[in-house]
Amino acid sequence: MFVLDNVRYKNILDVRHLVLPDKKINCILGESGSGKTTLLRLLNNLAACDSGSILWHEQSLYELNPIELRRRVVMLGQNPVIFDGSVRENLFIGLKFADKPCPGDDKLREVLKQVSLHKDLDVEAAQLSGGEKQRLALGRVLLMEPEVLLLDEPSSALDEDTEEILIRSLVRYVKENEITLIMVTHARRIAEEYGEYIVEIEQGRVKSVREKVS
Amino acid sequence: MEQTIDLTFWQLAAAYLFVLILVMIVKVKGIPREREILIAAVRMTIQLVLVGYILAYVFDHSHPLYTIVIIGVMEAFAVVNIFKRVKSPISLRLKQIIALSMVAGSLASILYFILVVINITPWYEPRYFIPIAGMLVGNAMTAVSLGVSRLIEGMHAQKHLVETALMLGATPKMASRDIINKVYDAAIMPTINSMVGMGIVFLPGMMTGQILSGASPLLAIEYQIAIMLGLVGSVSLTVILLVQLGYKTFFNRYSQMVEGDM
Repeated sequence: MFVLDNVRYKNILDVRHLVLPDKKINCILGESGSGKTTLLRLLNNLAACDSGSILWHEQSLYELNPIELRRRVVMLGQNPVIFDGSVRENLFIGLKFADKPCPGDDKLREVLKQVSLHKDLDVEAAQLSGGEKQRLALGRVLLMEPEVLLLDEPSSALDEDTEEILIRSLVRYVKENEITLIMVTHARRIAEEYGEYIVEIEQGRVKSVREKVS
Repeated sequence: MEQTIDLTFWQLAAAYLFVLILVMIVKVKGIPREREILIAAVRMTIQLVLVGYILAYVFDHSHPLYTIVIIGVMEAFAVVNIFKRVKSPISLRLKQIIALSMVAGSLASILYFILVVINITPWYEPRYFIPIAGMLVGNAMTAVSLGVSRLIEGMHAQKHLVETALMLGATPKMASRDIINKVYDAAIMPTINSMVGMGIVFLPGMMTGQILSGASPLLAIEYQIAIMLGLVGSVSLTVILLVQLGYKTFFNRYSQMVEGDM
């Protein structure tokens, strides 16, 4: 569980109080430029807030080792970043960065299926289309089996059908593995349909928080 | 040993005439660089005359203090020159690292060279110390300039890769590994390449100088081999220090990238 109190970041974000519960599908909804991405970056300690406190499991984020934190609270940026090499190497690179052991090809293929990317592991990743790269980048973070998954517009480059399939598969993954998902999106439809905890942000402030009872 | 031909005033004048002819050609061809050539020639003359007199004085009155002052001036000049040569803005922390690696890396190599390899007594003997220090400092300076440029450019151009690596739990060192390797290539490869071409593609300046002043080619190559190894050492040491300390200046204590926002 993340608890934010009086968090300010430049003139981008000003959050009085916000709780993001564990093992839920949290959706952060808002227009572009409202501070959604910045919020994710704060949770991953990729940026530090100017004032206020951010707690994770009742401990200040800034007392935790940032590297260890990022290995447990993994973030996927909005623009998929692809490294040199094959699909396999791109899947492995997160595990390598996080100093975790690399699994066999069976596991990799399973992850590709989860993100509905039907490509051979030996294909050069640079040849993939924008939407395929986005799914590859998502597969890379799923493989890391994080406790918290921070996703920034994970389906922005996809058509509606693929988006639907991907999000559904993602929701299944989150529930099966009992992890926390914090997903930034500007698609209200996605948030309404799959979100269990919906935070709406407007101009850097929390406009509303809704918990859906299922 | 044969006596070296002492150039007379008229012989030097003939050398200047050569430059004047060049300036005329440049002017006729409409290449707008005659001013630069003339200014550079005059500047070079004044600097060398001054250095000649200073060295003549220092060689006659050798004293550790003179040697220390001269090496100090060289190091300071090298550090300032690096700041000027690098086109992108350099952070204060990186500037400190540049100065530290430049001074520590080249001084360590110079001392090893003077004390262990050539074993000069007294250690401050300016006739050996100053030219050797000059070569080691000069080459380290060029290497560090190349390295710093590549480091800053790399961190800038590959910011998204570095940040993505951080998001996935990489240490700053892992996240900048590719950039670091390219810095080593850019900074150290020129020295290695010049070692490979040495003696075949060109005769190095120091060896040429010794041969012109009447030393046997065999003595000249002994010194050249030693100095080349010294250069590689000094260049590598300064660049390793620069990189190992320098990449950290792009990250803060939370292992976040410092410069700007995505």
